[in-house]
Amino acid sequence: MRNLLFILLAIVAAVATFAAAKLIGNAYVFFAGYVVLQYIVLATAWNILGGYTGYVNFGTAAFFALGAYTTVVLHKTVPFLPLPAMMLVGGVISGVIGLGMGYLTLRLRGTFFSIATLAMAVVAQTLITNWNFVGGSRGAYIIRPASSPIFPGDYIQYLFVVMLLLSVISVSAARAIQHSRLGYGFSAIRDDEAAAEASGVPTLRLKLIATALSGGLMGMAGAPLPYYVTYLDPASGFSLSYAVNTIAMPLIGGTATWLGPVIGAILLGTLQQVATVTISSALSLLLVGLLLVGFVIAAPKGIVGWFTR
Amino acid sequence: MDLSFDLLGNALVSGLLLGGFYAAVTIGVTISFGMLDIVNIAHPAFIILGSYTAYIANSVFGFDPILSSIVLLPAFYLLGVAIYHVYDVSFERRGDASIRGLAFFFGLLFITEVTLVLTFGVDYRLVDAPYIGPSLHFGVIDLPLRLLVPFVVSLALIGALQLFMSYTFIGRAVQAVAQDPMALRLMAANPSKIKRIAFGLSIASASVAGAILIIIQPVEPSIARDYIGRIFAICVMGGLGSFSGTIVAAMILGIMESFTSTFYGPSWSPAVAFGFLLITLAIRPAGLFGRG
Repeated sequence: MRNLLFILLAIVAAVATFAAAKLIGNAYVFFAGYVVLQYIVLATAWNILGGYTGYVNFGTAAFFALGAYTTVVLHKTVPFLPLPAMMLVGGVISGVIGLGMGYLTLRLRGTFFSIATLAMAVVAQTLITNWNFVGGSRGAYIIRPASSPIFPGDYIQYLFVVMLLLSVISVSAARAIQHSRLGYGFSAIRDDEAAAEASGVPTLRLKLIATALSGGLMGMAGAPLPYYVTYLDPASGFSLSYAVNTIAMPLIGGTATWLGPVIGAILLGTLQQVATVTISSALSLLLVGLLLVGFVIAAPKGIVGWFTR
Repeated sequence: MDLSFDLLGNALVSGLLLGGFYAAVTIGVTISFGMLDIVNIAHPAFIILGSYTAYIANSVFGFDPILSSIVLLPAFYLLGVAIYHVYDVSFERRGDASIRGLAFFFGLLFITEVTLVLTFGVDYRLVDAPYIGPSLHFGVIDLPLRLLVPFVVSLALIGALQLFMSYTFIGRAVQAVAQDPMALRLMAANPSKIKRIAFGLSIASASVAGAILIIIQPVEPSIARDYIGRIFAICVMGGLGSFSGTIVAAMILGIMESFTSTFYGPSWSPAVAFGFLLITLAIRPAGLFGRG
């Protein structure tokens, strides 16, 4: 019941966001807003594994880029497929990869899982770089359709709306999980895995669920990327900045609740969009790194932690 | 595929030499991750920093990159001590080293990389030294000095560290911390102080490792990432904290990479290390030489 209410509220917030973006009437608002929304999804997805269960994933870029490259493949083979369907496929593929990698490494200490995710990002990037069908290291050009069959108006606005819906879905899911049996199991793992295992919490199964969910959402967030950038190469798809941002946002916002990553993504995402336009993109990335280090040292509970006692 | 002896022999020799160099790159992490249990994923960034300091010493002042990196050891040691101090106060003493500690080092990796990009740009940098270029020839086998000198320097570095660990009081204390920090505390010794020294040494090794890196290949800030997987693959496979294990694992990886790039093409070689790491973690997380 409360979940339903929350979803309704989230949809209202989403509609208000879209209306506000429409009112400003500048196409750039949709371009910049898309990136911020994408980070809400990524940060929320990361937090389901990283914040709730305490396993740090450095491989966001891999899951994200796998979703994006799934779209490239689908665009070349079945171009008539609508974007939401492509996103589902991308999400399933990333989720399954997450499951497989989790199965290999989640029985070890958390640090090994983290290092393995870093490793996976490079393996995936090497595979894509050597795969000519998706453009290899030259990259792939994707022609953005003029309009969508299921949405009236500009295609960029369509992408914006799709990402807006995905963020409503992922934030609602994260919140529902947090207050469910699943969520309590996750936090038991985070607080003391041995104790959780001893009290009968099926830790491996829960960790696998978290990894698959988290990876799947990241893949879905990456799926529309080729249509957004229209040119995708491995270096930009697998950019380390995705991994850094996705870790920085929940840690700055606060990892214990669903709200933290949302706050972190909106603040940091907007800040970066502004800094990229006004200063330079390298400097805005430096800002993210400094904020990340500053927050983990000085404010371990993030922004949310300032308001809760 | 024409499997000639020349090609095979040369691939084997250059793999061995490359492996010796990888051992120097990894030895810092063998100390910090293997012995002190500090997951310093920013280590490759400090190695690149070492490459750039050697580059400046070489291109601006005309010094030999390896000699200048040895002169700079104390500076890197102090940097390591400073970083460990922040890490210790912020994470270890709060008992919160896992997630936030990892994020801290990840942030450091990123800050170092972006700062280097902002200062030096993304151009590849090279150094100049008399041993870059010529090769020794033994029959059909070529020994490029550009690989041989780093190989020797690397083994000397690891040998010196091994002597320090085995024969000095502090070195033995570091090994004690690695084995049982609680017992050390009961002996009224302060593990933080010893870990600070050991972490300083691990970062100091990055100065020399960076200098030999820039002798072997041109350097730009983002290549740090290619080394994360290699370093941790070697460290885990070498049995976490074993110097001899590190050398053997580094050579195995070096030979595998050299064969891959000779027979399949260099674009596949990054995947070798990571594939290796994933397989090691999945099958034998204690490493080749680890217990259990």
